[in-house]
This record gives sequence, C-alpha cells and structure tokens, in this order.
Amino acid sequence: MKSLKPKLLAPALLAALALTAAAPATAFTACQVTDTGGIDDNSFNQTAWKGVLDAQAQLGVEGRFLESQAETDYEANINSLLGGACDVIITVGFLLGDATKAAAEANPAQKFSIVDFAYDPTIPNVLGQVYATDQAAFMAGYLSAGMSQTGIVGTFGGINIPPVTIFMDGFAAGVAHYNAAKGTSVQVLGWNPATREGLFTNNFESLDDGRAFAQNLYDEGADIVLPVAGPVGLGSAALADELGVDKLRIVGVDADLYLTDPEKGHVYLTSIMKNMDATVLQVIDMAMKDTFAGGVIVGTLESGGVGLAPFHDAESAIPDDLKAELEAIRKGIIDGSIKIGM
Amino acid sequence: MTDRKQITEEMRALMARATRGRGEFEDLVIVPLFATVAALILGALTMLATNVDPATIGRSYIALLQGSVGSVNALSETLTAAAPLVLAGLGLALGFRAGLFNIGAEGQVLMGGLAAVIVGFSFPGLPAVLLLPMCLVAGALAGAAYASIAGYLRAATGAHEVITTIMLNLSSYRILDYMLRQPWVQREGRADPVSKSVPDAAELPRLLDWLDPNLRVHAGIFLVLAAVAFVWWLLFRTRIGFEFRASGENPDAARYAGMRAKLIIVVAMATAGAFAGLAGANQVLGVLGRATPGFSAGIGFDAIAVALLGRSHPVGVLLAGLLFGALEAGGRQMQVDAGVSIDLIGIIQALIIVFIAAPLLVRAIFPWGFRKDRRAKP
Repeated sequence: MKSLKPKLLAPALLAALALTAAAPATAFTACQVTDTGGIDDNSFNQTAWKGVLDAQAQLGVEGRFLESQAETDYEANINSLLGGACDVIITVGFLLGDATKAAAEANPAQKFSIVDFAYDPTIPNVLGQVYATDQAAFMAGYLSAGMSQTGIVGTFGGINIPPVTIFMDGFAAGVAHYNAAKGTSVQVLGWNPATREGLFTNNFESLDDGRAFAQNLYDEGADIVLPVAGPVGLGSAALADELGVDKLRIVGVDADLYLTDPEKGHVYLTSIMKNMDATVLQVIDMAMKDTFAGGVIVGTLESGGVGLAPFHDAESAIPDDLKAELEAIRKGIIDGSIKIGM
Repeated sequence: MTDRKQITEEMRALMARATRGRGEFEDLVIVPLFATVAALILGALTMLATNVDPATIGRSYIALLQGSVGSVNALSETLTAAAPLVLAGLGLALGFRAGLFNIGAEGQVLMGGLAAVIVGFSFPGLPAVLLLPMCLVAGALAGAAYASIAGYLRAATGAHEVITTIMLNLSSYRILDYMLRQPWVQREGRADPVSKSVPDAAELPRLLDWLDPNLRVHAGIFLVLAAVAFVWWLLFRTRIGFEFRASGENPDAARYAGMRAKLIIVVAMATAGAFAGLAGANQVLGVLGRATPGFSAGIGFDAIAVALLGRSHPVGVLLAGLLFGALEAGGRQMQVDAGVSIDLIGIIQALIIVFIAAPLLVRAIFPWGFRKDRRAKP
C-alpha cells in the first residue's frame, strides 16, 4: 500500500504543481515566520506582522505568514517558505536565531531578516533588526517610580534572553534614576540587573502565568507591573482590571496595548513600544529596491524605532511635572547626556 | 430462529478473532481511512462556517496534499514529523496492550531527549559508531527509568498510572527547566534555558542532504522501522509479549495462569517508556541538536492519538504516525498557500480521533466499505 500511494497520487500532484507553476508571476512576496505566541498575540508577533500588512497597503507586496506552535517548528517553517516563493523571509524572535542562521547559510541567494537578533559576524544575506528598547523602558521605569503609591514596582519576563531582559534593564535603570534624582527608594521586584536573575514564566503563551505572576508581585506590594512576555501580559491586565487601577496598573510592551487590547485599555499606564512594524516595513522596502544588505538596523528613541506610548486614560492621573521630566529625559537620552549603561 | 442467528453470529466473531484477516484489515485500514475522509469533509464544513470561500478550501486541501506527499521535501518533512510520533506511539501501544493507560509519554520523551543530549555533549571526542548508539541507549534508558516510577507505584501501591503519569509529566517540565540551567548543561554565553549542542558524531545523519541541504529526513526512520518490527515480534512472538496481552485482556485470568502481574506492569511501563525516550532522543539527535524547554512539542500527547488510531498494533501505529506526520507537514503548506489557520489541522486531527473512537459511527456513515461483513450473511 505504501508503494502504491505515490503512484496513484502522482497525476493529481503533477496537475497541482502545474497549476502553481502556471500562476502568473506574482507581486513581490514577503513571508514571515512568527514565534510561538501566535500572530494575534496583541503584542510581539502582531506588531511585526503589522509591518507586512503596512507593506501590503503601501508598497503593494504580497504577505504570507506561518505560525510556529512549538520551538521544533522553527526550522520546518522556514524550510517550507524556501524554494523561491518568497522574496524576503522575515523571522520574528531571538529564539529563531539558530534556525535562521542555518537556513541563510544553506540558501545564500535567499534574503532573510530577523527581528531581535544581530549576528556577529554578520551574514551577507541576513539583516538583523534590533531595538534599543532600554531607552523607552528607562522612561517607563522613571514614570512608574513617580506614579507608585506603595514605593514598589514589579516586572517579570518570558524567557531570560537579551531582547526580554533589555526591557527589564531599562525599567530598573529608570527607577534607579528616579531614586537618585528625588532621594526616594522605590524598589523593583522581579529583576536584578547585576546578577541577571529574576522572574520568568519560561513561555510566551500562558495567560494564566501572566495572572499568577502579577498576583504574586501585587501580594508583595507592587502597584505597577511590567510584564515582558508578549501575550502573557494580557493575563496580568485581566488581574489589574479586576482589582481596579488604583490597586494595580500594567505597563505594556511591544505595541501600544491601549489600542491592541481595547477592552482592558484603562489598566495600562503606558506601553513601551518596540516599533517592529516600522523596521519590518523598512526591510521590505529595502529588499524591493535592492538596497538590501546583510547587517543590522537598530531602532532607537531618536529613529522612532522605540518609544513610549501615549498615556490615554491615565493622562489625567499623571502630574504635569512628571510629564515634563519625562520629556527632558527623552531629550537627554537622545543627546547622550543620560547614559542607561549596560 | 434467533438462537440459530446468534450462534452463527458468535461463530463468525470467533472466526474473525482466530483468523487475522478481513476483520483486522477493516479495523486497521478501512475504519481509519473513512474516519480521515469524514474528518476532512467536516473540516471543510468548519472552514465554510468560518467564512472561508470554497475556492480557498479547495486550494488548502491541494496544499495539504502537496505539503505532505507532493515533493521530495514534502515527503522528507512528513517522515521527519512522523518518526517521533511512531516511536512514542509504539511505546504507548505496548502499554495499552498490557492494560496500562500511560499518559506519561510526554515526560518520558523529555527525559529521554535530555539524557541523549547530555551523553552527546559529554563525550565529544568519541566516533559516531560509538557515540550515537550510546546517546540512543541513554535516551531509552532514561525514558524507561522515568516510566517505571509510575509502573512501580501502580504495582506496589495500586496508585493509578493515569494520575501518576500526569504528575510525572508536570514534574518533567520542571526537571528539564532545572537541568537546562545547570552550568554544565547550559550553553555558554546564554542566560535562557538551552543546552549545549551535541557534536556532529552524536547526530542522526541526514539522509538526503547531498540532494538539497534543506531536506531534514534523517536516519531516525531506520530506527522507526526497526522499532516497529521489534514491537511486533515482542507482542506476538515472545512469552513476555503474550503475558502483556494476557494481563491487558484479563488480569485475573493472567494471574491464575501464574503470570507475575506486578512484574509485568513494571516491565510493560519500562518498555513503553524506553520507546518514548527513544522518540525524545530521535528529536534532539535528528532534528534539534540541543534541548530547550519546549522541545517535546506535545509529541507525547499526539502519540496517544497515534496509538489509539493505530489500534495499538505496530503496523497500525506506523500508518497512523505517517498520517499525523503528513497532516503536520501538509498543515504548514496549507497555511502558506491558502492562509488557512494551522489550528484547522488540529481540528481535523481531533475529528479523526472522534471517528476512530466510534467505529460504529464510521460503519453507519459508510456502510458500503464493510459490505462483506454485512451482506455475506444468510
């Protein structure tokens, strides 16, 4: 039976293959492989996918995506996009680093771009997209320290990898900056920048974990929590929604969560935006215009690659002095007078 | 008159049991085949219900076919995805035959893979002829040891294996997390839980990379074929296999016949665990080259479905594993070509299980497939 199967299927397959081959030469195609959070995570993967959607609208390209359901899917997913159908393949996430490197080296003619990974040495057909997220997180840390009633703020991450901990580093540095400037002693729970240890859910999927971790931090006195774990943070937001914003507020990550999670928009103090949509769009544009080259593009406060989201519902709760100080910090980071230090 | 009818009925049933022929063929091939067809039809209806237009549905099923058997790469992906499912499924099938409902394959996969990785990177200097078998044996032993905990608890205390294996699954995630953070396991320069990579000598060699470096099919498929043959031999040609089956069918009778029920439970669990451990080793040595927290990717749970679908028969498990592998590989293509959600593949798999679990339903929907069975009667 096993030997029969391919023979019987062959005519049908040939017909199917002929169909695809005969299809008209399509538009420039950008393909994306997501990380395990899923394309509709309101956060990390969704923001990167928005870049492709923007390119569809503005540049007329065609976009395709493949969701990774487990880490074992990375290589397989990249493989199934190979073979000439995609003009550029964009992999989303640090954890796809190894798989992207292997695929890029085996297929030197294929253009790749990866979010959150910079290869050293660079690979000629891979453009890395990295973000100085600590700059925006520094502002969020300063803001949170200024807004905390209990004098305790908390954070937790998805997995202990650089693109996650850079948020926590910046956040902790921002709080420390506030303490130094105001002579206060606001505490950060969940991350120790010196020992590189802290709270991690070890996944980017479980909303339950997001809720439980936020609850633990809240029980320890934190009234502002920064979850850096994609959709996991939605669970934390659900808890804040139940407790009320006077008890617990959430700082969003990646996208402006007030907009992507409108039902619970009021619980977000602000969001640390990592504008992957802008860099993904830029990469697709470069690939179309043949200005694409291996290397790294870095999103900063100055380039608009990272930023602090508007305060929306929290606008009225934040004192004007604090807003003015934040603006001064923003300028200070851009002109280099404030060093975040790594 | 009903007496007579009943007697012929019983005779036929006896005959069917004695001669492994049509009846087994129907169970192993026809029921799963029709279940798959019914699931695909219901899957199409599901897509219709979620506002996918018929042209896209057609395109997605063509993509499913293309992505699973339509090219060398597709076949390679199907085999790569099927290998661990068949291995773990064989282990579970053994347990089911012995009357043990082992839910713990996931944990056994993790422990087996972890052991294989550790042995792999601990002896980087050894040649492949030595190192690869060592890694595989380590994987099998670790899986067996982990599973026999549940077996021992069942034999010694009567604690039900469903509960204990579920608990052991949960423990295995934490054990893996813990181990991956140990400095001698964790990869240098990384703060996240990821193990060192195994040396080339420990990897199951890729079979077709001379054709195209992207073809991932690896020597694990020979391991799978050997395992299928071994399990068949073990179950149907050895004394211990007979004891497994006897204990599964009727534990009391087995005990009266002088079989050591407790020992059989432990041995059956350990053997089942060994195959799940091999599945884990197959993944880390053939596909991933390292261990990370999510490396099992639910293989241990999918393998339960594979074992049930294969009717706990080694050949059935092989076919079921190939089907699931094909669905996985084809599902990816479905997403790329037609933009249909990968979750739909999960729905189709679940529907297949539903129909398999209810063979009478399948027989009712597709009566003509079982004509001989029904019409041959007076």
